[in-house]
Amino acid sequence: MSEHIVAAYDDELTGIAGTIAEMGGLAERMLVDSVTALVRVDTHLAQSVITTDLRLDSMQRRVEEATISLIARRQPMARDLRDIVTALRVSIDIERIGDLAKNIAKRVAAIDGHFHPKRLALGVEHISDIALEQVKAVIDAYTGKDSVAALAIRDRDNEIDQMYTSLFRELLTYMMEDPRNITFCTHLLFCAKNIERIGDHATNIAENVYYQVTGQQLADDRPKLDESSLTPADFGTR
Amino acid sequence: MEAMVADARPSATIRSVPSEGFKPAKVITQDVNVYYGQKHALKHVTIDIPERSVTAFIGPSGCGKSTFLRCFNRMNDTISAARVTGKIGIDGLDIYDPSLDVVQLRARVGMVFQKPNPFPKSIYENVAYGPRIHGIAASKAELDDIVASSLRKAGLFEEVKDRLNESGTGLSGGQQQRLCIARAIAVGPEVILMDEPCSALDPIATAKIEELIDELRENFTIVIVTHSMQQAARVSQKTAFFHLGDLVEEGPTDMIFTNPKERRTQDYITGRFG
Repeated sequence: MSEHIVAAYDDELTGIAGTIAEMGGLAERMLVDSVTALVRVDTHLAQSVITTDLRLDSMQRRVEEATISLIARRQPMARDLRDIVTALRVSIDIERIGDLAKNIAKRVAAIDGHFHPKRLALGVEHISDIALEQVKAVIDAYTGKDSVAALAIRDRDNEIDQMYTSLFRELLTYMMEDPRNITFCTHLLFCAKNIERIGDHATNIAENVYYQVTGQQLADDRPKLDESSLTPADFGTR
Repeated sequence: MEAMVADARPSATIRSVPSEGFKPAKVITQDVNVYYGQKHALKHVTIDIPERSVTAFIGPSGCGKSTFLRCFNRMNDTISAARVTGKIGIDGLDIYDPSLDVVQLRARVGMVFQKPNPFPKSIYENVAYGPRIHGIAASKAELDDIVASSLRKAGLFEEVKDRLNESGTGLSGGQQQRLCIARAIAVGPEVILMDEPCSALDPIATAKIEELIDELRENFTIVIVTHSMQQAARVSQKTAFFHLGDLVEEGPTDMIFTNPKERRTQDYITGRFG
């Protein structure tokens, strides 16, 4: 797209998009580190995730201030308006992804010193790999303004939902197998839920990118496949 | 009065295709061209103006939007070098029909200009002038009523009711503009044309006019030419973008300002090089 007559306008828009890309990178790193810290029970790494979240929060506030100021000063229209609204929304989703990664990291301290067989965390590691792919892909779709990629990302969220439901069953099984697993598995379950929520934020971002590029809102007809709330726990008492 | 005008209507009718999301068309134009001597100022413009709605014409200077607006009450007739082709119909009546009474047309299609231009007469006389020359009021009392109700509709009555005999030119710019709107309303028009009605006003006076436009659209079909895209976005339901004499794009205002289809519209409204 050609440049604005007012060059500073372009600089401001580029600056905001740049901050968002940076935020995306930071959130990806936090997700990886938080899950690694969880699997290894590495409280040091977990602490660094918690610290990084402060940085992410302050970047989000910067984006928010910049977008509000842009709207007030330049009264953006059409594509510019969609760019700015999308930037604001995407920054909020990324900030939430950071919060969720931080929540995972916070659990590491709680697990530390307790019974935590590594194999129980494999499922969480796996779901986090998929979520990470989604986050990476959606930040790329945002920076590349790629509505086709955004649609594909939105459709892939089903995988995470399904995986979360099966992980829920798996963790229940571990708890029934050995009551000593209950504490760890409960933490893992919360972590898995956090990761599933990260997937939802990636989906939100994908929908916003689609809107930004095409000007069309996607209809909310995506099937929700997280059925964990409908999954009964059968303790074999009957 | 109305019957007289109706009788004078030629039989030629101009119809439009109903467009979705808008009220029925009040004004219909088909392949309208305007030439100033050799210059082709407006090229093949076909658009419907929905009734009791605000339609905004936007575009850079010299794009033809004011020229087009002035076709609706044949103001271009006053420019000897100007030539208009194509069809413009109001309620199916061809307004370029040679047998049409232009004075009557201008009573039906009022106009408000960029700079407030009250007559150098009293506030009362400014509003009473039109109804008087058109013979609309049968008595002084009726004329008084028309003046008061027109000033009320223009949102000016409360501010001037105690000084109706003072000069209209003594009012502030925003008040003068509302006086001009009252003057336009007084002859009972159906269509009101506004050519950059706020460009000489401060933001408060502008807001008052915009509020007024919003109220007036319940009873009048309004067409506004404006350089302020924010104003077009605020006051209109339909927007048409002109560039170099072409009607580039028209559609619901929300759509034009959030998701225009044409590259030239996008570039213009976002402040890019077009």
